[in-house]
Amino acid sequence: MVKDIVLPLLILIPLLPLLAFIVNIFFGKKVGANAAYISICAISISFLISIYLFFGLIISGEQTMEFKFDWLNFGSLGIQLGLMLDGLTAVMLVVVTTVSLLVKIYSVGYMHGDPRYSRYYAYLSMFTVAMLGLILANNFLLLFISWELVGLMSYLLIGFWYEKKSASDAGKKAFITTKVGDLGFFAGLMLLFSVGMTFNFKDLALLVSSGSIPENTLNWIGILIFCGAVGKSAQFPLHVWLPDAMEGPTPVSALIHAATMVAAGVYLVARTFFIYAHAPMAMEVVAYTGTFTAIFAASMALVATDIKRVLAFSTVSQLGYMIMALGVGGYTAGMFHLTTHAFFKALLFLGAGSVIHGSGKQDIREMGGLGKKMKITMFTFLIACLAIAGIPPFSGFYSKEEVLSAAFNSGHMLIYWTGTITAFMTAFYMFRLFFMTFTGTTRSEIHAHESPGTMTIPLMTLAFLSIVCGYLFVSGQTFEKLVHFGAEITAREGGEGTGSHFVMIMSLTVAILGIALAFFMYYLKKISPEYIAEKLSPVYRLLLNKYYVDEIYEAAFVKPVKNISGKLFKFDQKVIDGAVNGSGFMTLLMSKLQNLFDKVIVDGAVNGTGWLANKGGEVLKHLQTGLIQDYILMAAAGLVLVVLLKIIF
Amino acid sequence: MILTLITFLPLLGALIILCLPKEKENLIRWFSAFITFVTMVLGFWVFFAFNRNTAEIQFVEKCTWIPAFNIKYFMGLDGLSVAMLVLTPLLSFLATVYSFNIKLRVKEYFFFFLLLETGMLGVFVALDFFLFYIFWEITLVPMYFLIGIWGGARKEYAAIKFFLYTLFGSVIMLLGILALYLNSTPPHTFDIIELSKGQPFTHTFQYIVYAALFIGFAIKVPVWPFHTWLPDAHVEAPTAVSVILAGVLLKMGTYGMLRISYTILPEATKYFAIPLLILAVINIVYGAFVAMAQTDLKKMIAYSSVNHMGYCLLGMAALTPIGLNGAIFQMVTHGVVTGALFFLVGVIYDRAHTREIAGFGGLMTKLPRYSGIMIVACLASLGLPGLAGFASEFMCFLGAFTSTINPQVFKIVTGIAVAGIVITAGYFLIMIQKVFLGPLNEKWKDLPDINARELVAIVPLVALMLLLGVLPYIAAGLSTESVTALLASLGVK
Repeated sequence: MVKDIVLPLLILIPLLPLLAFIVNIFFGKKVGANAAYISICAISISFLISIYLFFGLIISGEQTMEFKFDWLNFGSLGIQLGLMLDGLTAVMLVVVTTVSLLVKIYSVGYMHGDPRYSRYYAYLSMFTVAMLGLILANNFLLLFISWELVGLMSYLLIGFWYEKKSASDAGKKAFITTKVGDLGFFAGLMLLFSVGMTFNFKDLALLVSSGSIPENTLNWIGILIFCGAVGKSAQFPLHVWLPDAMEGPTPVSALIHAATMVAAGVYLVARTFFIYAHAPMAMEVVAYTGTFTAIFAASMALVATDIKRVLAFSTVSQLGYMIMALGVGGYTAGMFHLTTHAFFKALLFLGAGSVIHGSGKQDIREMGGLGKKMKITMFTFLIACLAIAGIPPFSGFYSKEEVLSAAFNSGHMLIYWTGTITAFMTAFYMFRLFFMTFTGTTRSEIHAHESPGTMTIPLMTLAFLSIVCGYLFVSGQTFEKLVHFGAEITAREGGEGTGSHFVMIMSLTVAILGIALAFFMYYLKKISPEYIAEKLSPVYRLLLNKYYVDEIYEAAFVKPVKNISGKLFKFDQKVIDGAVNGSGFMTLLMSKLQNLFDKVIVDGAVNGTGWLANKGGEVLKHLQTGLIQDYILMAAAGLVLVVLLKIIF
Repeated sequence: MILTLITFLPLLGALIILCLPKEKENLIRWFSAFITFVTMVLGFWVFFAFNRNTAEIQFVEKCTWIPAFNIKYFMGLDGLSVAMLVLTPLLSFLATVYSFNIKLRVKEYFFFFLLLETGMLGVFVALDFFLFYIFWEITLVPMYFLIGIWGGARKEYAAIKFFLYTLFGSVIMLLGILALYLNSTPPHTFDIIELSKGQPFTHTFQYIVYAALFIGFAIKVPVWPFHTWLPDAHVEAPTAVSVILAGVLLKMGTYGMLRISYTILPEATKYFAIPLLILAVINIVYGAFVAMAQTDLKKMIAYSSVNHMGYCLLGMAALTPIGLNGAIFQMVTHGVVTGALFFLVGVIYDRAHTREIAGFGGLMTKLPRYSGIMIVACLASLGLPGLAGFASEFMCFLGAFTSTINPQVFKIVTGIAVAGIVITAGYFLIMIQKVFLGPLNEKWKDLPDINARELVAIVPLVALMLLLGVLPYIAAGLSTESVTALLASLGVK
């Protein structure tokens, strides 16, 4: 690989879809139906570049290439942004561009005739840009920026049909729920920066491995950053947005909510594995969160009847699997499962989209027998089901087996067994879905038809990848060599050794048992699911209502927040503004009182004097009659008075 | 002479307007636009001519004015003020363009508007207390009339409240200024730069003066609990005036703190860092919660200003390079983003004659351009990366988190403030959903989309949101050296 062209190529990868976005969003009306071709063209080139870089890395064995530039600079302290390429990035590049490309091709048929067709492709392109930025970032800041943009595009795509309230609700819910997780992520970044004074992965990795950061701090940082992953990868307790996100167009679900965005959380943990490697407590939190989520979500998938929702729960569960793998130290296993899952889950979603497109139904209870009409969809779907269930030689078998081996070898027996039970449940609900959809007889009025070529070709491509990518990556440990994080991680990765035969046989056994049970219940109908549901009625209802988590959040968070907001506003108006207006009022009152005092007392005294003089004058004026004899009389009376006084005293 | 020219050009324009016949409304409009445009160009010239690599005062103009009291005509710029000197003429020009739709008493309106611009610009360039105070007070009067005459239903109440409240604050501030003057080494001086160089102020004296100045500045920012004039003034003020109010006037408070309290009263600044931090967090969280409760679009944006000025205070409290640069940058981004939001609220109010959030619905279908711009502005305001608000908020948070004043307390309290981000996202998304998404409310099926005049006023701000979001260094780098010098004088690392 020629090193000089790597940087321009790295920049080109997100730049091309960005150009497609700009063209489609600003000239949407002009380009019309060509919007799809612009987007597809852009992502095709990005895809080819990614493939080139991927094989370039495998052949040359180069470790990391990094390019950075200043974003902010404060004298001695600068914040840099940059791009990097290493094995982990290369794998993610291939996964993201492949699925993006296929989804964009598929959407040509699926979104045909939508009034906002060019807008749709603009959003998809921008989503790809954000996702590519996320995996190319060489530092936390660019990763976080892309991370948030991914969230935004998800919001816009989930709520793409925003006239429907449920769609815009779902978009809002996704944005806010993931934002809650991002708060932790954000705080973790701040904390990390306050100890490391940089966001660069390489510098931070050096710093962490030098041991200068106390383990306790690292644990905190690890847990806080993991909060972000919990939100994006829909882990318990922030999983609630993902099932609702199925309101978006189905290809979007395939791209965002199966293969790329939700994988971002897993990628984040993998990318920051240098922290977790030194933060054992954070690792435990990661491991148990993932494990719990895996079985928790799988249990809800058992009873769901909406084809997309089953897949949504399944995604949550499989993401839990990946997180669990990382948590027990199975770095390669987690990333491997992410890769295989991206292909077969995208295939499942696109297959579901094809079913919905062809039948007009989404509830599997109303389907049945669709296999006869939709052969390609059925066969590709079956391949994906076998892959996710973990049947060899399909890809899921290899990655799942590695995940479970990692758990087993790390000595977390509870985690291992939970994972194994989950594998059983996975096989069961996937084949329940398969049998109810494609076999038997139609349970409602459906005029199904196979989807057009733009839709079936991506299905077949993904089916091919779901078959081969597991074996290809395992052979010669290609994958492990590629994504491996460097010598220091190996010490933690006790989890990955030679896969024990026990684990392999065990996982194969539970997979077959799961499929068999589904076969008996939903194909042969030997066991009535209704009977079981009735027998286990409380459990059934609990699962059907998703453990009432939404209701609990509504009561515990949403309502109180609204309540507080309303109360604070009242407080603001009544108390704070009341004080302001009150002091204004008091000032006025004071001035009025002073006015009164002025008028009554001060002015009163003044006026009183005048009044007295006046009144006195009025009384006395009667004395002034103007008659000379009166005056003489008074003068005489005065004289008499003076004389009398003189005599008395 | 550039600063004098910039500052007094609008005043000159205002005086010329007085001489124009009042029937020639269009002439007055275009003339005002011309004056503010030239001022804006001069502002950009200063932006490019400004040397970022020094903390020295630049473009100095200094001469004796009233020798008896050692009062000087002293103007100058440094990293603390230059950004606002660029933003103010920009927003003034855009607001003038937007104000072309003013029909009532056009001549007086533009007279007051230009007078206001001179006052605002003067505040940011004056480096002598006397001069500073004059400009500070000058802004009050035109603002009072602009709200009181061209405002909404409760305009008299809002105008009087604004006027009295801020006057109250500035009188107390004046006491603080006089105390500084009288306690400076003889011959007493009003020179802000000289006062910041080793004056013999005792700690107690600093605390008292800080508090006095703080009341004046806090009312302007506004800092909780002095904020209640803001929603009233904003809601009642005409659109362009709201933009100026949010975009520039609020920043006079934070700028005043940086320019005066921080440089002259270093001990008090450090002493009050934690209280300021706590007030900042209250502003953030409380502002966000109360904004969520609003049913009037404009009032919601008004409270979001309380929320966002909290980030600015947060960065200031931190006393770190990132924090202070972030605070100064936040003044700019808030001016740009909230300025745009107020314009946009005006756009819809002019058409629908209501601002009731619940009364809209589905506008995205009918007004795609308007909705797109509004949503971008909301996203910028809620701190979406890639848009202006994120970079500055991020810096403020990062600054607070790395503060060395009291790292433990700062980390915990800032941690609480982080929660404000989600509430902010919440109220904006709820508003977006109610106004723009869902089925179109039939009542609005004839609403026309945003027009050319409005686009001229708003698009530059949207472009700035993007530019500053992607390349924050353009604006955030202006203050670096001055902040470094300021922190050195404070004795903080």
